[in-house]
Amino acid sequence: MVKVHLWSGLRAFAGGAEVVEVEATTIGEMLDALVAAHPGLEDAIEAGVSVSIDGRIIAAGLTEAVAPENEIYLMQRLKGG
Amino acid sequence: MALDEYKPQKGGTEYDPEKTEFTFVGTRPDRPDGLDKVTGRAKFGADMSAPGMLHAAIVRSPHAHARIVKIDTSKAEAMKGVKAVVTRADFADDIPFKPGMGGELWNVLENVMAGEKALYDGHAVAAVAATSALEARDAAKLIEVEYEVLPHVTDVDKAMAPDAPVIRAGTRDRSVPEGFNENVVRYHESGHGDVESGFAEADLVIEDHFKTEATHQGYIEPHACLAMLGNDGKGELWCCTQGHWNVQKLCAALVGIEQSQLRVTASEIGGGFGGKTAVFIEPVALALSRKANRPVKLVMSRSEVFRATGPTASTSMDIKIGMKKDGTITAAQGTFRLQGGAFPGAPCEFTAMCAFAPYALENVHQVGYDVMTNRPKQAAYRAPGSPMAAFAVESVIDELCKQLDLDPIEVRLKNASKEGTKASYGPRFQRIGLVETLEAAKAHPHYSAPLKPGQGRGISCGFWFNHGGETSVTLAMSEDGSAQLMVGTPDIGGSRASMALMAAEELGIPYENIRVTIADTASLGYNEVSHGSRVTYASGLATIQAARDTVRKLKKRAADKWGIDEDAVYWEDGYAKPSGPNAGEFEPMHISKICAKMGATGGPIVGHYEATPEGAGVSFATHIVDAEVDPETGKTSVVRYTVVQDAGKAIHPTYVEGQYQGGAAQGIGWALNEEYIYGEDGRLQNSVFLDYRIPVASDLPMIDTVIVEVPNPGHPYGVRGVGETSICPPLAAIANAVSAAAGARLRELPMSPPRILAALEKQANG
Repeated sequence: MVKVHLWSGLRAFAGGAEVVEVEATTIGEMLDALVAAHPGLEDAIEAGVSVSIDGRIIAAGLTEAVAPENEIYLMQRLKGG
Repeated sequence: MALDEYKPQKGGTEYDPEKTEFTFVGTRPDRPDGLDKVTGRAKFGADMSAPGMLHAAIVRSPHAHARIVKIDTSKAEAMKGVKAVVTRADFADDIPFKPGMGGELWNVLENVMAGEKALYDGHAVAAVAATSALEARDAAKLIEVEYEVLPHVTDVDKAMAPDAPVIRAGTRDRSVPEGFNENVVRYHESGHGDVESGFAEADLVIEDHFKTEATHQGYIEPHACLAMLGNDGKGELWCCTQGHWNVQKLCAALVGIEQSQLRVTASEIGGGFGGKTAVFIEPVALALSRKANRPVKLVMSRSEVFRATGPTASTSMDIKIGMKKDGTITAAQGTFRLQGGAFPGAPCEFTAMCAFAPYALENVHQVGYDVMTNRPKQAAYRAPGSPMAAFAVESVIDELCKQLDLDPIEVRLKNASKEGTKASYGPRFQRIGLVETLEAAKAHPHYSAPLKPGQGRGISCGFWFNHGGETSVTLAMSEDGSAQLMVGTPDIGGSRASMALMAAEELGIPYENIRVTIADTASLGYNEVSHGSRVTYASGLATIQAARDTVRKLKKRAADKWGIDEDAVYWEDGYAKPSGPNAGEFEPMHISKICAKMGATGGPIVGHYEATPEGAGVSFATHIVDAEVDPETGKTSVVRYTVVQDAGKAIHPTYVEGQYQGGAAQGIGWALNEEYIYGEDGRLQNSVFLDYRIPVASDLPMIDTVIVEVPNPGHPYGVRGVGETSICPPLAAIANAVSAAAGARLRELPMSPPRILAALEKQANG
């Protein structure tokens, strides 16, 4: 299981949880599992999220590996100007 | 993980700490596009023409908010020389409306050409193409639009009021809590710890309110394009843009053709700063071209640029920070309200996430609101949202330092984020260089230089994330041993020079022997827009990898010639060499000798790299500003300015310094003079440069720069993006300097003379 930290605006869609545990080995599996466990998260994830794994911010890599020992945060999709 | 614990694979995409000596990287050669630009040969957006070309003009709403009752184009269509007129009916009708950012494609279409309502002064409602620009403008005046004028709102705080006119019901997404006006369309909340207990631990708590006005990116080249689209659905588009694959994707969807059938070429670009990451006129020119079956050129006037292309968001912000007498920040809280015009997308989340990022805080809480108003759709502007947040937060920190009699750099050092710090937005930082920028600022002669009477000094830190994104690069060798490098990221800040330096470093051939071309959409795989300070990082990483792929192929040719295994060959300074006595004794083979025979030894030698690099390192800066205020007129002069910023590794230091200076210069304009001024009627009052005052050379001091290099773990040479972070600290640093010089805290931007005088008067009256 990997532990995914949600930004606090998302917690209302996950039963108030700050951290959600899901079974996943990649970011893609992790996002799918989050939506399956908490369908209310679908809008935010569909709109685009970045994922921080141990401080490395990943904007697009669905195949990036995740593991139980990683510190994982969902972040709003990053772009710039 | 500490940087020295990394064990990167040689030739991989991670930082190689053993690569400390460079031959070309870090030098300052002439820019490859320099001669074209100074002699007028460079082709910008409006410079392309085609046989039979028509000229187009757009009809724009004079109202801030109005229902479009009827559009009568008959008189314009009957005019001699007019070949086509388009309205919303000429664009795709199968793009669904969705709440929030899920419906962004619909939002883009609605902004490009109004549907049922005109949503801001300047919103496009129709367009015409004719045989001359004059005829097109005359014909546009003959298009009759009947409006039902509706109540409007342009101020962010007023738009949030319960009785404010609603711009578009149903736009807000599910993130918005109950009880807000429907103009509040997105909501962000993040943080950690317990701010109330943190404030209770503080010796001093300051809470204050700040506002910033919208400013335009102010690029000198207006939007321009030349479009050709036949009834067979095949098109060509030439335009000035920061990202032509994105233009291809959006335009194809908006005019209803297959993406691959539209070839888009990016012209030279006269500035973008985020404002050319969207489409405005390109789909209109394509729709007119399809209808007229002729090429169509469309060039915006400066007034159109101001009225209908993206300025940044304006803001209303509340900040509360607690500090102990020793300078320790005990808690921080921010509320950030951003209006982004008549569409969702104001970067409320970035504003909130960047606000407190420079500081290691146990208790922090930030909230952001994305609010719609009757203004043009905001567009990205260098580090979207971060400069405004820094203005508010760093002003309060400055006031805390002042009231507690603490040195502003020492306080920032005491609280600075470091590797391993839990960021205010959640994760822990990897290796970062904030402390190094603060130490360099403290050691700089500017910081200890005496001030004259009437002058004040301001300090600020700033933060931006930086970005990677989809990237494709191809490097093709020529028979004489020179190289052609094709990248897909428009050169908005000197990237062709940086790419050539990195390719030269890997190939071991002179910088001048590499020609870098910005390829069109038919010549390379997908490339994300030149935004997020990503180009030197991502296209640079791809260039290094494409060059390494090329070197592998070059070594193979030499190995085949020598009859040895390719692993027994190494590459040095442009030569293939046998790796040791066991490999055999062979004369080193120069790249030109290998390439001269490439047709007969296996064919063309071409290296590729296609990937989405995900290791863009975040970036910090510290700025020092001295300002002087004339108490009689309210005029402010910036008399000295120093930028200190972490570049990771400066590939072409002159360009890095240029980015630092450019961010500071734009920040000076944003802080002191630039603003969108709306009348009571909701119309923009200052849509030309005479009335919207950007800084000119005589407004600026020489801006000193210090390049700090703390390597980014996610790039082979350690590069961090530098294009955006430089605009994060200026608003706050200048505000702190002006407040010190004036003896009164300035809480609203721009700090134009009337606002300075008002602040002085308020201070004098207690």
